[in-house]
Parts: sequence; C-alpha cells; structure tokens
Amino acid sequence: MQFVQTVADLASRPQNIEMLQNAGVMSMLRPLMLDVVPSIQQTAALALGRLADHSDDLAEAVVKEDILPQLVHSLASQNRFYKKAAAFVLRAVAKHSPELSQAVVACGGVDALVLCLEEFDPGVKEAAAWALGFIARHNALLSQSVVDAGAVPLLVLCLLEPEMALKRIAASTLSDISKHTPELAQTVVDCGAIAHLAQMILNPDAKLKRQVFSALSQISKHSVSLAEMVIEAEIFPAAVACLRDPDEYVRKNVTTLMREVVKHTPELSQVIVNCGGMAAVIDYLGNCRGNLRLPAIMMLGYVAAHSENLAMAVILSKGVPQLALCLSEESEHHIKAATAWSIGQIGHHTPEHAKAVATAHLLPKLLELYMDANSSEDLQAKSKKALKSVLQKCTYLPGLEPLLYDVPSNILKHVVCQFSKVLPHDSKARRLFVTSGGLKKLQEIEAEPGSLLQEHINAINSCFPEEIVSALTIN
Amino acid sequence: DMAELLKIKSEAEDFQSEYFYRNSQAEEKRQKENQAATQIQSWFRACKVRAYFSHLHKKAVIIQKIWRGFTARARFRQMVKAAYFIMKMNFYEEMAVRIQRRWRGFFVRKYIHNFYARKSYLEGLFRKNELVRRELDELEELQKRERDCLEMVKEQTAKVYQAYRLHHLLSTKQCPGVFNSPFRSAPHEMEQLLRQVKYQAPTRLAPGGRACLLGMPGPAAPSFSGTLGSPWIKTTQTRCSSRPILPPIGSKKQQVRW
Repeated sequence: MQFVQTVADLASRPQNIEMLQNAGVMSMLRPLMLDVVPSIQQTAALALGRLADHSDDLAEAVVKEDILPQLVHSLASQNRFYKKAAAFVLRAVAKHSPELSQAVVACGGVDALVLCLEEFDPGVKEAAAWALGFIARHNALLSQSVVDAGAVPLLVLCLLEPEMALKRIAASTLSDISKHTPELAQTVVDCGAIAHLAQMILNPDAKLKRQVFSALSQISKHSVSLAEMVIEAEIFPAAVACLRDPDEYVRKNVTTLMREVVKHTPELSQVIVNCGGMAAVIDYLGNCRGNLRLPAIMMLGYVAAHSENLAMAVILSKGVPQLALCLSEESEHHIKAATAWSIGQIGHHTPEHAKAVATAHLLPKLLELYMDANSSEDLQAKSKKALKSVLQKCTYLPGLEPLLYDVPSNILKHVVCQFSKVLPHDSKARRLFVTSGGLKKLQEIEAEPGSLLQEHINAINSCFPEEIVSALTIN
Repeated sequence: DMAELLKIKSEAEDFQSEYFYRNSQAEEKRQKENQAATQIQSWFRACKVRAYFSHLHKKAVIIQKIWRGFTARARFRQMVKAAYFIMKMNFYEEMAVRIQRRWRGFFVRKYIHNFYARKSYLEGLFRKNELVRRELDELEELQKRERDCLEMVKEQTAKVYQAYRLHHLLSTKQCPGVFNSPFRSAPHEMEQLLRQVKYQAPTRLAPGGRACLLGMPGPAAPSFSGTLGSPWIKTTQTRCSSRPILPPIGSKKQQVRW
C-alpha cells in the first residue's frame, strides 16, 4: 500500500520518472493492479497513468506489458475512483501517437470508455471524455471508431451537465472528432450539438468558450451546408461580442470560426459583414500580435475575394491601413504572405479598390517583399501575384510613380501599361507626370523594339509634344 | 368539092395527127406537169399553213404577253406587300429595341447594379460598424468593471478575514495596538476593521447559517447588487427578514475549516 502510494507521488514529478523506469517499476505495478484491496488498485492505476503521461516509451511499455486489456476489462466492474484512474491511464497512453491510440482501440478501450460516459459521476465522465478526445485527435480512422461506438450522443448529453470541466472536455472532444472529415462533422451535427454549443457561447467561462468556438469552427470548415447550419443557430451577433473577451485564445478561436464560415460562399460572408463583424475583426487585428493575427487576416482575404461589394465593405471598415500595419509589424514570413494575399484579394476588383490599396502605400511595400532575397518562396510568389493583380486595375498615378524606379521588367511592363491607359485622356495627369520626372525616367527605360513595353512607351510619348520628349531624351 | 373534101380530110388527118401529137406531148409532159402542179400545190399549202402558224403564233404571243403581264403584276403587288411588311417590321423592331434598351437599362440600374442602394448599403455598413465598435467598447468596459468589482470584493473579504484572525491586535485604552501607532495621524484601516470585527467563538451553528448576516465594511466598497455574506462583520442591519432563520440542527461541534 505504502509502496504504491509512494510510487504514485513520486511519479507526479518528472525528474523521478527516469529513476522509476530504471527500477523496473512497470512490471511491479502490473500485479498490484490485480490486488484485492480497491485503493491499491486505484493508486497503482494512477501511478501507471502518470508514468505513461510523461513519455511515449513508457506508454509503449504499458501497452507491451498487456496492461491495457486488463484495465479495459476491469473498467466495466469497478467503482468510480478506479474508473477515473483507468480512464486516466488510457488517456495518457493514447495521447502520444496514433499507433498507441490504435492499441487502445484494439483492446476494446473505446467501448469501455463509452460505457463510462453513461455513468453518473461527473469525474468519471470527464476522464472518459478526455481519453476519447485524445484518441480521436490523431486521425480520421480513430475518430470513426470513436463515433461508431456511439460516443457522440453521450458527449452531447455531457455538454448539458452543470459541471464546467465536463462541459469543456466534452466540447473539446467534439471539436477533435469533427475536425477530420465532413461525415464525422455531420454525425456530430446530427446529434444536435450545434444548438447546445450555441447556447454555451454566452457562458462567462473563458476556457469553455475556447473549446466551443474551436468545435464550431471545426464543424463549419468542411462544407457549405454545415457552415449554413452553424450560422442558422444565430451565433453571430453574440460571437462578435466575444471578440472583446480578455482571453486571447477565445478571440483567436472566434476569428477562426469566422474564417471557416466566410470562406465558402458570398452569402455567408454577407451575414457576417452585416452584423458588424468586420469592425470587430479589424479592432482585434489591432490589439493582438504574432500568430494570433493569422486567422483574422485570412478572414479579411476570404471576404474580399468573393465580390467587389464585400471588398468595398472591408475597405470601408478601415481594413487596408490595418493590413498595412500588420505587414510592417510582423516578421514571420507566413503571416506576411497571408497579408500580401489578402491585400491582393482586396485590390484586384476595380480601380476604386486599387486606389485604396495604393493610397495606403502598399504597392512599394509589396514590391519590396517581392524583391527581398530573404523572403521565402511562398512570400515572394504571393506578393508578386498580389502586386500584379492590383497593378492591372490601378489608375491612381501618384501611387504608381514610385514603382517606375528599380523594378524588374515584368512588373515594369504592367506599370507602364497602366500609365499608357490613363495618360492619353487626362491632361492634368500628363502635366504631373512630366513635372515629377516620370517622363524622364520613362525615356531611360530600355526596351526591345516590338515588345509590348516599347509599344506602351511609344503610346505615352505620343501624348506629349515632340520637343519635350526629345529634350528629355537628350538629357 | 373534092378539094374541100381533101382539105377537110387533110385537116382531119392533120387534126388527128395534131391531136395525137398533142396527146403525146401532153403525155410526156404529164409527169412534169403533174410534178409542177404538185409543187405548186404543196407550196401553196405550205403558205397556207405558214400563214396559219404565224397567225397562231401571233395570237399565242398575245396570250402569253397578257399572261406574263398579269403574273408579273401580281408578283409585283406581292413584292410591294412584302416590302411594306418588312419595312413595318423593321420599324417595329427598331422601336422594340428602343423600348427594350430603355427597360434593360432601367432594370439593371434599379435592381441589379443599383448605385444608390450600394451607396446606402455601404453607408449603413459604416454606421453599423461604428455602432458595433461603440457597443463592443461599452460591453468590454462593463465586463471589465464587473471583473474589477469581483476582484475588489474578493480583496475586501480577504482583508476582513485577516482582521478576524487578528482580532487580538485591537488597541485597548491602556495599550495602543500595532495598527494604531501614536506617530500616525489617524489609525490605519486595519485598525478600523479590527474595531468592526466581531469575534465569535466557534459555535454549533453551521457556517452556512451565518450567510444571512449582511453588511459591508470599508469606505471604498462600491455598492452593487450582489450581497456578500461576511459572517465576521458586526451587523449594521438586522437580519434580512425575507429568510426565516432555522433553529440550529443539533449536530456535533464542527471544525470550522477555512
């Protein structure tokens, strides 16, 4: 008895575990689990759980010693403390890798855990739900086995229990199950999970809200119909309020949910824009830093990509200055690449949009990102694409001017093309072009005769009187 | 008479020979004359027939001329009708195109790419964004204030509890307490709390029964709707009348676990 208790206490500290492992404690604990006294069994199981939790070789050792079938078998019969400890062991084993989870499933662990879910004691339910969550997290096959054992309706019932910890774990398990494939998400939805999750949005507990939003976003990411069902639960005005929660992960998960919903169709984006989601997201972007910004940036990009109305809505909500700030403040390449992509989606619709992008001085920045040798390939590709698509619609000449200097020729031809479209019609722009030295720079560009670039240059030169052009060429 | 008889006989012989000669001549020429007669007759018949044909021909031409004129005029009338019809249809089409053009322009401008609707939508969106921002700010403010309230209440209860445990440090007339140093201008707030704390020896009353005592010490405590049961503070009010006090259940003396 003492031995077991000491082992359990020692195992709660990670430093001791090495020593315990060397002392071969695993094989000693195994017969103790078959002991008559229930408290010894429980403490032995607890010690095993802590050991397995620590590292995956220990967990593998647990599997190899054939402790699992024994645990599963006794799960059906014992009292609730034992069940909690046994579920803890299963969870500790399953969390390390898919193979270990497969081992747990193979010895019937899932069915036993589902039986535990039907118990009255909330601690047992929580431990069982947590173990199921870890099993389902790894891949779709394991989630399917969890669902096949009929866990989902029980988990949804757990959501309704008054204990906060149980609700949290149930929400996180549902989130892990539904993240793999649309069919699994559909199963979760069919048990009526969305309504309960939607009610829990107004709960003050921060960790619960994290899990709830994560679950909703995993459900809605798979298909349009699932996203529509999530929207029909009328979460949106309430979810926007949660964007000011003090907990940053709650905010991040809300923006992730918005992103997953928005990426499917324009109508869904319209719903979110109409309830004022844009303003809240842009304020959120201003308040947070680093990786937390990524879902918000992608959400803005997806909204703007659908139609030019929505892109105009993003611009109106002061999205473009905020994205410019993100671009300058962030140093991670993948975040910058996402920002460049979003800017491209906003600016490529009409000259109005391109003008909004150009006035925020984003074109030189995008050029810089493209030219920078340190940028990753993804960043370069995205900034080039964004730059090209915005340039093709940009008629705002003061924004285009800085781009005449030090640009590679593939960008230059677009810039010159835009000039050649606007200058023949606008006399004030022509005057400005000459006085700001643009015409001079244009003459210095060497282009192969017959190429498109040369044609554009000729077109521009023909808008001006001969003397000016020749004077500048000589100089 | 013989002379006349000879003459008549020779005339008769001449006549016979003449007759014979003429017959033989006629016989010889019969073929030729026959042929000639046939030729003449055939030529005449040919003329007759030709005349008849030309007559027929002329009449046929007249008939054909009249017929062709008739048909041509009919066709012409038809062509005129068709041309008129086509002109009318062109005119109608032109008018229909004008109507459709106007209608399509109107329809597209009003229902599909309604500029004013879009403008008012964007303005409305802008206002809604402002509204949402303001409301969210207020909400955040409210939540923050609530959280601060709870924090303060927690702090205050902690202090009161501490005062309860340190009740013995209250200053007496003889000896000023730790918190009531003579060098201070006014007693420390702990001193105030100590004065307010009512020490109770642990009694048989279960800790939950004291929850009916109300009252909140401290000048800085904000007033809010929650009531906090501080069982150690001297009551400033009598016990709340809405909850009847149950007599203590006779139970063993309980350890008051803090």
